Amino acid sequence: MTWKQVFTSSVGKKLVMGLTGISLVLFLIVHAGINACVFADLADPNENGEMFNKAAHFMGSTVLIRIMEIGLFAGIILHIFQGYLLTLENKQKRAVGYAVTYKDGSKWYSRSMGLLGTLILIFLVLHLYHFWVSARFTHEGLAPVTYNGVEMHNMFALMQATFTEWWIIGVYTAGCISLAYHLAHGFQSAFRTLGVHNKRYTTLLTSVGYAYSIIIALAFILMPLSFKLGWIG
Amino acid sequence: MLNAKIPTGPLESKWAEYKGHCKLVNPANKRKLEVIVVGTGLAGASAAASLGELGYKVKAFCFQDSPRRAHSIAAQGGINAAKNYQNDGDSVFRLFYDTIKGGDYRAREANVHRLSEVSANIIDQCVAQGVPFAREYGGLLSNRSFGGTQVQRTFYAAGQTGQQLLIGAYQALERQVALGNVTMYSRHEMLEVVTIDGKARGIIARDLVSGKLERHFGHAVLLCSGGYGNVFYLSTNAMGSNVTAAWKAHKKGAAFANPCFTQIHPTCIPVSGDHQSKLTLMSESLRNDGRIWVPKKQNDTRKATDIPEEERDYYLERRYPAFGNLVPRDVASRAAKERCDAGYGVGSSKQAVYLDYADAILRYGKIEAGKQGRVNASQEEIIALGKEVVKAKYGNLFDMYEKITGENPYEVPMRIYPAVHYTMGGLWVDYELQTTVPGLYALGEANFSDHGANRLGASALMQGLADGYFVIPYTLGNYLADEIYNKSIETSHPAFEQAEKAVSDRIHQLMSIKGKQSVESFHKRLGKIMWDKCGMARNKEGLEQAIKEIQALKKEFWSDVRIPGEINEMNTELDKANRVADFIELGELMCIDALNRNESCGGHFREEFQTPDGEALRDDAGYMYVAAWEFKGEHQWDLHKETLNYDVIKPTQRNYK
Amino acid sequence: MEHYHMNLNLKVWRQKNSNTKGDFKTYQVKNISSEMSFLEMFDVLNEQLISEGEEPVAFDHDCREGICGMCSMYINGKPHGPWQANTTCQLHMRAFKDGDTIVVEPWRANAFPVIKDLTVDRTSFDRIIQAGGYISVNTGNAVDGNALPINKDNADNSFAAAMCIGCGACVAACKNSSAMLFLSAKVSHLALLPQGEPERKTRVLNMVAQMDKEGFGACTNTGACEATCPKEISLTNIARLNAEYLSASLSAEK
Repeated sequence: MTWKQVFTSSVGKKLVMGLTGISLVLFLIVHAGINACVFADLADPNENGEMFNKAAHFMGSTVLIRIMEIGLFAGIILHIFQGYLLTLENKQKRAVGYAVTYKDGSKWYSRSMGLLGTLILIFLVLHLYHFWVSARFTHEGLAPVTYNGVEMHNMFALMQATFTEWWIIGVYTAGCISLAYHLAHGFQSAFRTLGVHNKRYTTLLTSVGYAYSIIIALAFILMPLSFKLGWIG
Repeated sequence: MLNAKIPTGPLESKWAEYKGHCKLVNPANKRKLEVIVVGTGLAGASAAASLGELGYKVKAFCFQDSPRRAHSIAAQGGINAAKNYQNDGDSVFRLFYDTIKGGDYRAREANVHRLSEVSANIIDQCVAQGVPFAREYGGLLSNRSFGGTQVQRTFYAAGQTGQQLLIGAYQALERQVALGNVTMYSRHEMLEVVTIDGKARGIIARDLVSGKLERHFGHAVLLCSGGYGNVFYLSTNAMGSNVTAAWKAHKKGAAFANPCFTQIHPTCIPVSGDHQSKLTLMSESLRNDGRIWVPKKQNDTRKATDIPEEERDYYLERRYPAFGNLVPRDVASRAAKERCDAGYGVGSSKQAVYLDYADAILRYGKIEAGKQGRVNASQEEIIALGKEVVKAKYGNLFDMYEKITGENPYEVPMRIYPAVHYTMGGLWVDYELQTTVPGLYALGEANFSDHGANRLGASALMQGLADGYFVIPYTLGNYLADEIYNKSIETSHPAFEQAEKAVSDRIHQLMSIKGKQSVESFHKRLGKIMWDKCGMARNKEGLEQAIKEIQALKKEFWSDVRIPGEINEMNTELDKANRVADFIELGELMCIDALNRNESCGGHFREEFQTPDGEALRDDAGYMYVAAWEFKGEHQWDLHKETLNYDVIKPTQRNYK
Repeated sequence: MEHYHMNLNLKVWRQKNSNTKGDFKTYQVKNISSEMSFLEMFDVLNEQLISEGEEPVAFDHDCREGICGMCSMYINGKPHGPWQANTTCQLHMRAFKDGDTIVVEPWRANAFPVIKDLTVDRTSFDRIIQAGGYISVNTGNAVDGNALPINKDNADNSFAAAMCIGCGACVAACKNSSAMLFLSAKVSHLALLPQGEPERKTRVLNMVAQMDKEGFGACTNTGACEATCPKEISLTNIARLNAEYLSASLSAEK
């Protein structure tokens, strides 16, 4: 059995989805953790995003993390590409559809991973344009800031500037809600795909999955909202 | 005409003797020999798989969409084997003895002994295949007890033993398909046996999807097509179960033995109306704990729960104090019929008796309360505990009952009534399972050999697998060893052409009738005649009348049946018509056989022959023989008798009082 | 239980054969007893059609007691109809009321092509079993049944998976037309028993390969299969299959 056979079988393709999915789940923890630094501003009004900017600088300037970033992008692209391929292929397995579709046996979001993924992708494009493109390439709207003699981008200020329009807040919120539902199914599904089948673990992972989805989405929604409402910044 | 070919020598060494001396076919020659297997139930699938493993070129046929659908799958209770794992005194001889006695001394000693000998191998084989039999906590196989025996020798997989055994055989069969040794023809129905120079040489089968007729050659043909209970229209058989393959063989010269021996199972869900298409069995195991009763008052219309204890007639316990509710199937069925005929039946149809779990629930509840140390438990608590115990033991059966009837059997007693379940009769076969046509074999329920006049619970699965796994691989070799000189015959041979033409003509004739009545309506009418006059109780007058009615029905069928659709397409009505036409002819023979047998034995109860207290009265001097009927022409059969010799067992009257 | 009678409108898929396109036809059936099974209601419809000189509806059925797995109707948007843990043949008309419209469709999946009306071809399931759903033991090779004690939990779990009746409702229910519940039931049944050990790796790899070849979709763990399965085969079996597959492919020698 060749590696190609392993990963191109229906189970193998799902393994790819599961593995990349779990790596993205881990990434989101890091991402949410770093971003949560903006809330340091709540405790100290004069903080002005110092903690967050430092953390962002560390992430952007550490070689190992930059290498991991390549992996992350590869993972995202693989997840998206494979996701669309699977959705398309799966759809084609039923050339003649039903007049009445079966809905009671599964959750709507479990059946709508492709749609939810697409919504997340749309949001992701905007999100990358706002921050990643700017930080890495164009430096548009990025002022320098210096802490302890080290000059870095003032990402905090960029966030503050970005989250001024309600429609952007709206898109971010919608993106994060899509993400929550995507994760609500994806989290436990990924572990099942990786073969976790003992009842005690599947029950645990399902609960952890729901909690994770809600916490991550809330954390991300709160940030733009907090900027807009002036709670921070 | 009848030579049973029973090996000489003492009973317990006959089979070993046979195996030691039968002819063998060398592996190179096996590849050149083709075998046709019709039917893929326990007997067919196990035979096809085992013969494929040996290297024969096998073609297997079933009318369902997959061999896994065969009706063996519906067997609930279990499979007997003389393993003596329980250390309760079981042995090959005891299983042999119980089976002969249960069959009311109308089975062949040598065959039954062989069955008992191989029974232990069956369990081993099935376990090796991965059949998940019930196990104890120590990891060893579990046993339960069953009717008609005093030892625990029944192996089981919850209430789905038949399913698990069939899936095991099916998987073995599919493995041989994958290896190229077996070719599977599903959705095919055998419609004729092809004989050349007196030997079976192939079949004509109809592809039920395209409607086309196909010719298939085989050096031997094995019929594993099951029983003919559907002649009664309503039975516990599957809707598709039919006699067609066996009947075609019969008309091509194979004798049909003891056709009137049918088993009526006492615990089935009663008929609810004219719409009823089939009957559902409730496992015999329910009689272990349930009590059967009817009201003491005739035509009592009160609800069961409103009838006080003293106004209930526990008639089995009253009539058979020694065995009570656990009398054998034939006895329990007749007793239920007697009560209902006398006007004590319950339910809207009055054709039912109660199977009551209230006592069992209370008894188990008390035990459970005792175990938990709840001395002051109230009646309600005890009942709740008892229900849980009953649920654990019989939950799936209770659920099934509720699904079908809409009644909750934990609250109200179940209504049950006997229904046609199994046919002991079938194609006559010798010790080698060969019919009276050389090269034509019958296995499993399709043959008559092992159950006499009444089959004991959990022995049908045993017989099907014994025939397929352990008997036919030897006996078929003994026949095929002489066939290695005969090359395969082209299917363009005139005999194939003729056979195909006969089938085609009959189909065209059926389609051209274009009458007014549906196939189903004829089948229902046949079923009613059979049930009323050749069912649980029979008498001379009724049987004579039935024969006339069936002959008239046959005429009407062939002049007024309506079959819509075309020949060369999937046509389920045509499939049914082919089967019902054969059932009608079989029905006549069953009545003739029942009329001939002037005695009562096992499942065959002639009202004229009973003891003063209504028990079956056997006539060993006059009827200790197998009635094998040879087809001679329309409405004509010749009777051949195979005398049964009991060298080891001394027949006595069965007594369950 | 009160019995009643009802009149119903049936929207039934009619298709002459696999080469023609089908469509829905509407029929009325009258005076249907609440005690009938769903298939007996279809018997009434068919008798009615025959008497009107029309072709009856072709549908698969055999044992009519919920164990053979042959019946296969997709009723009002659910395989085997509205009841839980149930087959079409055991669905009774109590589930409906007077005046109801019932839509009846065949199983839909490319791997289950329609043969006629409500009858589909499920031989793909047989071919999946042929790819490895067995233990290679020839008749006569067996050791004593008790020579191999089996942990009761494993025996029970194995049995729970082995209860699968191969009806294909899981495929019909799945939005991806995946056969993973069917496949995983067989893989679990055999993987949980010591007898299945020698072929454990090749079995799962070959069976998955065959499933893909037959044109079934991939599993996305929506759980629709489990919810509709007449024998309540657990989704856990799919996770177990995934584990089996992963370990087999990682440890494959070639």
